[in-house]
Amino acid sequence: MSKLQSQKNYEVLREQFKKERDPERLVVSLCAGSGCGASGTKEVMKALEKEVLKNGLKGKVEIKATGCHGFCEQGPIVVIYPEGIFYPKVKPEDIPEIVAKTIVNGEVIENKLYKDPLSKKRISKGKDIPFYRQQLRIVFGNNGLIDPNNIDDYISMDGYSALVKALFTMSPEEVISAIKESGLRGRGGGGFPTGIKWETCRKAHGDIRYVMCNADEGDPGAYMDRSLLEGNSHSVLEGMIIGAYAIGSNQGFVYVRNEYPLAVKNLGIGIKQAEEYGLLGKNILGSGFDFTVKISRGGGAFVCGESTALMRSLEGKVGRPRAKYVHTVDKGYRESPSALNNVETWANVPIIINNGPEWYASLGTEKSKGTKVFSLVGKVRNTGLVEVPMGTSLRTIIYDIGGGIPKKKKFKAVQTGGPSGGCIPEDFLDLPVDYERLAEVGSIMGSGGMIVMDQDNCMVDLARYFVDFLKNESCGQCTPCREGITQMSEILTDICEGNGKEGDIELLEELATMIKRFSLCGLGKTAPNSVLTTILYFREEYEAHIRDKKCPAGVCKALFHYEVDEELCNGCHLCALKCPQEAVTGEKKEPHHIDQDKCIKCSICYEACKFDAILIK
Amino acid sequence: MERITAIKGELQVKIEPIDTVYLDKVLEQNMQDPENLIMILQDVSAKYNYLPREVLNYVVERLNVSMSLIYSAATFYKAFSLKPRGKYIINVCLGTACHVRGAEKIKESLEERLNIHEGETTENLKFTLETVRCLGCCALGPVITVNETSYGGLDRGKALKIIEKYEDEA
Ligand SMILES: Cc1cc2nc3c(=O)[nH]c(=O)nc-3n(C[C@H](O)[C@H](O)[C@H](O)COP(=O)(O)O)c2cc1C
Ligand code: FES
Repeated sequence: MSKLQSQKNYEVLREQFKKERDPERLVVSLCAGSGCGASGTKEVMKALEKEVLKNGLKGKVEIKATGCHGFCEQGPIVVIYPEGIFYPKVKPEDIPEIVAKTIVNGEVIENKLYKDPLSKKRISKGKDIPFYRQQLRIVFGNNGLIDPNNIDDYISMDGYSALVKALFTMSPEEVISAIKESGLRGRGGGGFPTGIKWETCRKAHGDIRYVMCNADEGDPGAYMDRSLLEGNSHSVLEGMIIGAYAIGSNQGFVYVRNEYPLAVKNLGIGIKQAEEYGLLGKNILGSGFDFTVKISRGGGAFVCGESTALMRSLEGKVGRPRAKYVHTVDKGYRESPSALNNVETWANVPIIINNGPEWYASLGTEKSKGTKVFSLVGKVRNTGLVEVPMGTSLRTIIYDIGGGIPKKKKFKAVQTGGPSGGCIPEDFLDLPVDYERLAEVGSIMGSGGMIVMDQDNCMVDLARYFVDFLKNESCGQCTPCREGITQMSEILTDICEGNGKEGDIELLEELATMIKRFSLCGLGKTAPNSVLTTILYFREEYEAHIRDKKCPAGVCKALFHYEVDEELCNGCHLCALKCPQEAVTGEKKEPHHIDQDKCIKCSICYEACKFDAILIK
Repeated sequence: MERITAIKGELQVKIEPIDTVYLDKVLEQNMQDPENLIMILQDVSAKYNYLPREVLNYVVERLNVSMSLIYSAATFYKAFSLKPRGKYIINVCLGTACHVRGAEKIKESLEERLNIHEGETTENLKFTLETVRCLGCCALGPVITVNETSYGGLDRGKALKIIEKYEDEA
């Protein structure tokens, strides 16, 4: 591989890669992201390689281990191109048949296809599956198509052409204007306009400037940044190089969570390959512009996702935030102007440069442009990563794409924005999701976590969960956050354990106001959101805990017990077989009984019963 | 150079000798730059499963930084432990997506099975039970990892079976 010296060199190479990749050729794409990894991709891959060899297909079919396809609930996913035949939940045993029938004969194996749970129909092509049909995958689309460890694949899909366009046809100021016009806002939390951040950083005093990518992905329940870095790190790198050119920076960092080993690995390979082609490093494509990127692995502290803490952590120090009267765009890493953007924000940049800011600004709502990737998880049928235009309603995301709530349970709330976000009840399901609308109902966009909850989730327990999380993650340097969150946690724990008192709700509200106003950084300032929204929308649940000493959802163990409904129980005996404590007894075909002294409220019987005969009392 | 460490009172464990070749390589890869301290500690942790005191002394000497700086980083970041950990580190994800699908119950059943609490190591140094705030496999919750391998879609029974597999192997 020799370094590309000019725009022309790049274009020749790109055309060569395009030619080599006949769109009609046979490709088997297998999702090798972390999600599918946990569902057994490795074994499927081995079986596939073996079977291809056995059938003498080596060289005739290309096997591609791609990044995340998004529909993680159905993993491991195998897609066979050019037709795009989609096989979900593939096991190694399925491979011989898939190879023999679909790859050799082009036959579709009906009973291995995805079955739509609503229409009960089998669907052969990925793009026709309701989960994908209503998405607009501009950021995520290439994830299932390219081999993340082969830069040639990315280039063959016009990868790095936005960089070429920016370097050779636009001035840095023009790049900044384009980003401003596109209306792109930060995808990592605050939703700050990216173009303005870049402009301020470019104009700030200083000789050295830095650009950074925030891949700390602190929101537990969100994993789009991980999937992007694993599946298409070049799109993030390309965005960073363009940003660095616009800002006037020669050194970049990607701060990645250490819990993401595959993302670290694939990003490292991506950087190396880009360097080999001269797309990173000195004199990029002969343009005279230099830029290098270094990976920094985080140490597992939520607060390090905050910009000032992240930069301290990059300096090798303890990641404690500082007050932001001096912004990091003026004085950040090593006291120099630094522009920090989220992974997804960076990945949007090449798309804007390639397609033009007007096109980008035509997607979304008035103040929120483009698309957003959400991680749709929790009590929803189709879990996975969903990319939709800003302004798509919660209902569309949860019901049309997500397939609704499984096991005939009732929707209760959706939590957005992670620990800094809030819970949104059923009344707002038609809310178009954008930065402003989410803020209006007390939540935030955050990084795009969307956790769906059903009737079996207790809202007080959830508030306690988030407050506990933040109590543990608070860096401890400012009193309102350290002490305030601890007090909230104690009150909420009391409520969940049946020791709640009249006045606790009001006390929580008072504490919340104090913490929000006086905390030093974003962690404390947003910490009370989950408490405030659950009090606002689910006050009766708090009151049931405090006054009636009951947990209606059956989560807080001190506040409920299970009973068998004698009318509904037909004595199938399943619960008794499953109970780990032998607490359920009864003759077959007779109503059963639960021994309260033995019961540990593990909920196994409740979940096992097919007749709804186990009641929460 | 062999080292004997006592944990949990009477228990004696033999730990590998301090591997200066490995440590020098790590320090070199990180340009002996204190700015890369966190990554250096991660590599130490990857080798020893924790941060042994003697190794930290060596790092202090080579980086020319104070022990208090290293100690502050080692206790601030969750990735580090100052106590020896087991051969298999089990991480139970308690992230939101896993929480709403009953991760707590998985944790409880593992605690019961291994007879240790979160953050502790079994006496035979086989398992350490830890929790993590998210593993990025949220669609498959509840999720646990054993060292680098992830397991998703768990319930109590499935989680216990996984542990049995590791218990059974010699
Ligand atoms: C406590 C805390 C944690 C944060 N964690 C993250 C994170 O994990 N990832 C991220 O991109 N932004 C995170 N942010 C937001 C960042 O501070 C910053 O606003 C963002 O990275 C800027 O990039 P953007 O404008 O592209 O969103 C966090 C903020 C706070 C206050
Ligand atoms: S919440 Fe458990 S893996 Fe993300």
